[in-house]
Amino acid sequence: MQDAVLAILAKEPAHGYHLRARLRWALGPLGESMNAGQVYVTLARLERAGLVVCERADGLPNRPGRKVYALTPAGQQRVAAWLAEVNWPKPDLAEFHLKLAVAAAGGLADPVELVAAQRRELLRRLRDVQRAVLAEPDDSTPGLLLQGVALRLQADLRWLEACERVWSRAENESEDA
Amino acid sequence: MNESGDVLQVRDLFKKHGRGQGLVRAVDGVDLDVPAGQMLAVMGPSGCGKSTLLHLLGGLERPTGGEVWLAGRRIDTLSERALARLRRGSTGFVFQAFHLVEELSAAENVELPALLAGCSPRAARRRAAVLLERVGLAGRARHLPSELSGGQRQRVAIARAMANEPLVLLADEPTGNLDTAATLDVLRLFEDLRCAGQTLVIVTHDERVAANADRLISMRDGTFVDDTWLADHAGPLEGLIELGG
Repeated sequence: MQDAVLAILAKEPAHGYHLRARLRWALGPLGESMNAGQVYVTLARLERAGLVVCERADGLPNRPGRKVYALTPAGQQRVAAWLAEVNWPKPDLAEFHLKLAVAAAGGLADPVELVAAQRRELLRRLRDVQRAVLAEPDDSTPGLLLQGVALRLQADLRWLEACERVWSRAENESEDA
Repeated sequence: MNESGDVLQVRDLFKKHGRGQGLVRAVDGVDLDVPAGQMLAVMGPSGCGKSTLLHLLGGLERPTGGEVWLAGRRIDTLSERALARLRRGSTGFVFQAFHLVEELSAAENVELPALLAGCSPRAARRRAAVLLERVGLAGRARHLPSELSGGQRQRVAIARAMANEPLVLLADEPTGNLDTAATLDVLRLFEDLRCAGQTLVIVTHDERVAANADRLISMRDGTFVDDTWLADHAGPLEGLIELGG
């Protein structure tokens, strides 16, 4: 979130609530769980790192002043570097894969059962996401993020299908032996 | 509808193809009850028997053994003529490859089942207009299928399948030939039908289609290996993305 907050400030200095509103708009239903504290914690970290400066703007007579955040030159550089960089989140499959392998080897649990439980959970999540996707109008920005989440869950479900196939075959072979 | 409220009931259903070494048990002894208004998805690898199951449910094929009941009426023992009448009126089919009549306009394609079922041309036309409006294609009524996109063709096919207000809509890989945007259009349409109380059985490879159903059956080698009811919990979408501080 740090980079996104910096990038929003690259255009012009802004209040914390403005930053939060921009993030919520982009995230849509997925941003509903974001609380105000998250943005302010992020801003405090960025300030300590020298990427952001904070100035107190005068408030109206009966209202407190608000803090306005602006980028430092180092912050500007970081935004440029972020926009230029190519990266992609790594799926965390190794842990689940190890769970299956270790559970099977130690006779701790049935890997096929573990896969089935995981699959049901992912299907429920995918259902929630698909419902949210269908509720978004065409070409909505948050809708795109939801579609991305749905496609990733779909990929995970296909991988679980492969896991199920191989582990149930392994089970049958050990029964036959 | 029977007393239990199940539109479809299947008992110990078998379908075998070939014989001897070449014997294939496409459907190998399944039981199934589909309540009215349920959207059921059937998934499984190619050749698991899911399409054959759909054909048996819709009276497109006859089982080797077992029973199929549609709204309290046993259909696997019907005469060819009665079966043809059933397919025209009580079941609606949607296929992966659309199967529209290429020489007829969208509206004429949708009118056809109603005309075959003995509807007056005027009533069939009116019904087609309502259905095309419902699938968002009122403005394309006079277009030939070749003048429509894949997603639009499939929506025409769904309108056609709904022409005689079927007891159950059966769809075989309805989004198999469609891109993501067109898939969403078809899913929105299914969701509308579901909300209107339509019973749907959808065979699919697409987890996003399956996850939208009320219930998901997984098939392998002609049998059901999983039967999951996906309840709505409508909770927040937390935990699906991570927002680092």
